[in-house]
Amino acid sequence: MAKGQKKFRSVGTRPIRHDGIDKVTGRANYGADFALPGMLWGGVLRSPHAHARVLGIDASKALEIEGVKAVITSADLPVIEAGDGPTNFWDLSRNILARDKVLYHGHAVAAVAATTAVIAARALERVEVEYEVLPQVQDVMEAMSPDAPLLHEDMFTKGLDPKPEHPSNVARRMEIARGDLENGFAQANVVVEREFTTRSVHQGYIEPHAVVARTGEDGQVVVWCSSQGHFMVRQYCATVLGLDTSQIKVIPAEIGGGFGGKTTVYLEPLAILLSQRSGRPVKIVMSREEEFRATGPAPGSRIRAKLGARNDGTLTACEAQLYFEAGAFPGSPVMAACMTMLAPYTVENLSLVGYDVCVNKPKTAAYRAPGAPIGSFAIETLIDELAEMLGIDPVDLRLHNAAHEGSQAPYGPKFRRIGYRETLETARAHPQYRTPLERNQGRGVASGFWFNAGMQSSAAVNVNEDGTVQVVSPNPDIGGSRVSLALMAAEELGIDVERVRPVVADTETIGYSDLTGGSRVTFATGMAVVEAARKVIEQLRERAAKIWGIDVSQVEWNEGYALPGQGNGEHDPLSLAEIATSASRTGGTICGNVSLNARGAAPGFATHICDVEVDPETGRVEILRYAAVQDVGKAIHPSYVEGQMQGGVAQGIGWALNEELVYDEDGVLENPGFLDYRIPVASDLPMIDTILVEVANPTHPYGVRGVGEVPIVPPLAAVANAIYAATGVRMRDLPISPPRLVDALDGKHSG
Amino acid sequence: MDPKTHVHTHINGEPVEFLSEAYRSLLEILRDELMLTGTKEGCTTGDCGACSVTLDGRLVCSCLVLAVEAEGRRVGTVEGIARGETLHPVQQKLLEHAALQCGVCTPGIVVAATSLLERNPDPTEREVRYWLAGNLCRCTGYDKIIRAVLDAASELRGASPNVLE
Amino acid sequence: MESVRYEAPRELSAAIELLDSVEGARVLAGGTDLLIQLRAALIQPSLLVDLKWIPELTAVSLDEEGLSLGAAVSCAELREHKQIERLFPGLYESAELIGSEQIQGRASVGGNLCNASPAADTVPALLATGARCVVAGPGGTRTLPCERFATGPGETILGRGELLVSIQIPKPAPGTADCYLRLIPRTEMDIAVVGAAVSVTLDASGSCTDARVAQGAVGPTASLVPDAAAALVGGVPDVGRLEAAARAAAGASRPIDDKRGTVRYRRKVTGVLTRRAAEIAIERARQRTR
Repeated sequence: MAKGQKKFRSVGTRPIRHDGIDKVTGRANYGADFALPGMLWGGVLRSPHAHARVLGIDASKALEIEGVKAVITSADLPVIEAGDGPTNFWDLSRNILARDKVLYHGHAVAAVAATTAVIAARALERVEVEYEVLPQVQDVMEAMSPDAPLLHEDMFTKGLDPKPEHPSNVARRMEIARGDLENGFAQANVVVEREFTTRSVHQGYIEPHAVVARTGEDGQVVVWCSSQGHFMVRQYCATVLGLDTSQIKVIPAEIGGGFGGKTTVYLEPLAILLSQRSGRPVKIVMSREEEFRATGPAPGSRIRAKLGARNDGTLTACEAQLYFEAGAFPGSPVMAACMTMLAPYTVENLSLVGYDVCVNKPKTAAYRAPGAPIGSFAIETLIDELAEMLGIDPVDLRLHNAAHEGSQAPYGPKFRRIGYRETLETARAHPQYRTPLERNQGRGVASGFWFNAGMQSSAAVNVNEDGTVQVVSPNPDIGGSRVSLALMAAEELGIDVERVRPVVADTETIGYSDLTGGSRVTFATGMAVVEAARKVIEQLRERAAKIWGIDVSQVEWNEGYALPGQGNGEHDPLSLAEIATSASRTGGTICGNVSLNARGAAPGFATHICDVEVDPETGRVEILRYAAVQDVGKAIHPSYVEGQMQGGVAQGIGWALNEELVYDEDGVLENPGFLDYRIPVASDLPMIDTILVEVANPTHPYGVRGVGEVPIVPPLAAVANAIYAATGVRMRDLPISPPRLVDALDGKHSG
Repeated sequence: MDPKTHVHTHINGEPVEFLSEAYRSLLEILRDELMLTGTKEGCTTGDCGACSVTLDGRLVCSCLVLAVEAEGRRVGTVEGIARGETLHPVQQKLLEHAALQCGVCTPGIVVAATSLLERNPDPTEREVRYWLAGNLCRCTGYDKIIRAVLDAASELRGASPNVLE
Repeated sequence: MESVRYEAPRELSAAIELLDSVEGARVLAGGTDLLIQLRAALIQPSLLVDLKWIPELTAVSLDEEGLSLGAAVSCAELREHKQIERLFPGLYESAELIGSEQIQGRASVGGNLCNASPAADTVPALLATGARCVVAGPGGTRTLPCERFATGPGETILGRGELLVSIQIPKPAPGTADCYLRLIPRTEMDIAVVGAAVSVTLDASGSCTDARVAQGAVGPTASLVPDAAAALVGGVPDVGRLEAAARAAAGASRPIDDKRGTVRYRRKVTGVLTRRAAEIAIERARQRTR
């Protein structure tokens, strides 16, 4: 029987998370909470220039200070070849410690270890670096001009035919195209073409990066750190340092937020090297300033987009060029933006071209649905404009063009069962959509899409001798995944979730798993847990069969009990606990281990409604009401699904209204702190209503779709569309900060 | 070695002594010397609230207090909020409402919210939001945190005989 | 982070002695600015003199003369004096706007003055009330109007060995009320992009007999705007007078372009906030004359 038709006993309930008490009492250990006897404190020297040649580094004066135990530079790192994998280790190595050139203000140049943090800081001041300052470039369009200063003199744009003769800051050109663009626009009765600008924003997790590394005399390395994947940390450190993977053990700390920003390494290789050099454990904790200066932002961008529709609302063609700032090294999510921006719609003719452009800013890192919010901001704003021009309700216009089962995604495949239409219909029926608005108030709607990911996951389900159960996860729990995995194990086994204890294992005690990211853990690791639990059930049935002396095929597993099939004699049902207690006599420990490469991740769609009030004299925007509707497949723990949606909305609102990394004319970051990098505070937001639409993912045993990424996609346009409705001014330049909005409003009135 | 001051203070009701250089923050001493790592460091500039503690009963950022200033004062940290095995209602309600995701801001929220409810047992949603404005949370969008604090306030009032008088 | 000593004198004279005799000594009150400057190595003091154990600096008294506010009294403690809210709602709300609850638990109005940030929230509010500073030093004690205390960004009139002891605010005349408004992009936690404070005195007929208008974050120091005050005085404040005050305030502003705002924006919003603060102060004063 398909699970989807069954009433769940655990899945869909809202138990208290198992790691909760540790987290409300301060007992939980995050990255910076770990210490070892004899531990040294490390610090990182960072470039004061946005672009400069490093002519020489002299650390001798630093080493003279009592208590300084080691100083390292890029000369201490092995030279890495680029390789073919998804991660460019040539770049990664040079991002960890600059070699030859510094490419952004904050680029690491050297690192020290000393007996105290203060001595380490004093030592950094005595490391002498000779720079030849070079012209630098911050803006993506300027970086593309032929006379722009080159970050990488040997980089030639990929994806051009013929291969270019001159090097460029454009790392790659990518294109998605189908249909006949000219014909598509010819069919259109209305066409809008606009330019959009967004600025670099930061993930803004509250916990800074932190690490402790210890090297033994045998060369074995132990690393304690918080990350979105300790297997990633192990692999990256091994590659960058030229160590065997088996030489490194990474023990995951609790992670204090990541949102994609902890999917790479910055400090870990430095701490390992310093530990190797000093023979002592080394701890490094980033300051908030370092976080903003040197860890991955999401890209600033420029987009030109053109969208056409017939009078009945049918979208006929879309053409767009997207220019994304990759930062110091290639790898912006511009392709993902191209792939996602039109995914909710069935547009037959399109050409979406993306450019990945290096600028003198930190290398961008993933940030929640990487690329998608930026592309969607453009498309969802254009759709709002078309809706107004055509006199069609913006939700109806989207419904008219909505992707559905069997329609072809712009990036290739045909969608299986998806719930986009359902989100639109639910939004249209939501009371907020009809709440009357007053003067200076406006309502905006926008939709969003994210692929969601599967990839490699491992899990173990171990039955203890008293019938309690350990679920062993390979993924750092960034927002409640322990309890979600435990719920799925409890559901399969038919026991209470309180009897299941989920743990996050280190790299030596569970099989390899990919990152916590891409909204994949509840889906993919969840599948591994379900399969492992099913293996356990097989063993439980075998044991019961043995106890009863009947064939295993005659034993059913139901709600936590083994039952003898009809005609197999009178036997009392055996509980999981009873079988577990006797396990040593019936064949030994009962456990299930599964490693899989999960396929069938199902995309997520969302539609948001935002109501704002604008103070036309000051340009301040208040979010009055917000409703987020999302197809979540199946909510395993609905509270944490709602929480993901609310958190994504809050980040999206911050992106829309106030967040931006501000660089001065020399490429120096002017706001490297939470004072002037303005993430939303509690008093900035209203309650965020969440409506969970559950269109089951047919490939997951419970119908799970990833939920974490989609909610950050719609808010940028939802807010901008609401501001338009309130003021009559279209804001296509993010963030819509008060000065920018006042300028636009005054421009409207004077012009 | 920089000169150190011998500081006598009370932390969570217990007498505590430590040595500190004048430039070190209370946060550093709590975390790195006294191993009270429940108090988190998010910024060291007073902008995130993760290091919230009480000093003589008043809510402060421990990153902006010098450790030597604790001399003769009473320090309250997240480790002192629960009574033995019994969670404070604010802690319990944060759990019941799933008002934490990564949980790193949670200790600061717990300290700040209990401080609020000591002063104002019946806060409005707006009052809770403004009181907690100095506690950044990047995961939750605050919705469930606000509900949890309001719920805890309600439970505390219900448990208090004063309400019946 | 260079080596630094710490002293917490119990008497004012001892604090003055330390500040006078030790090269590079700095006072520590709430520490919310000082610790950040210390950590960023913007300052490298040799000695920190904690003022919070000195009775004169931690006292709050309210009598027929007015309010005497010790320079080290935290904003949170100030807010517990409900009488201050009644008499000086503008000053009260300015103290309530500084940073978070956590910051207010430490930051003092006196420290806000001494840090001399152009964007300090309480300073325009103090200026609007006609507050005076009591400064003590090796040469004795002097008092001066708050508007003369700061001389530029981070600069004050304090000489060697001198410290701010208290702030004296005369009891407002009947029919007087004040208001402070600031513009920040968020609702909390930001530095003022523009601050505006207005105090007005109305007579029984509702005519404005006295006014003080101050602005912050739009010049090197917070400052009074006599022309804006003059625009409000001499009749029942109407739209014309309010607009004139707003224009005068905007005209008097000398803002800069920076990451928090542009010249154009700040000047415009100076006028807007001055008008709005005046409207609120007038409404509060009207209720008092009833």
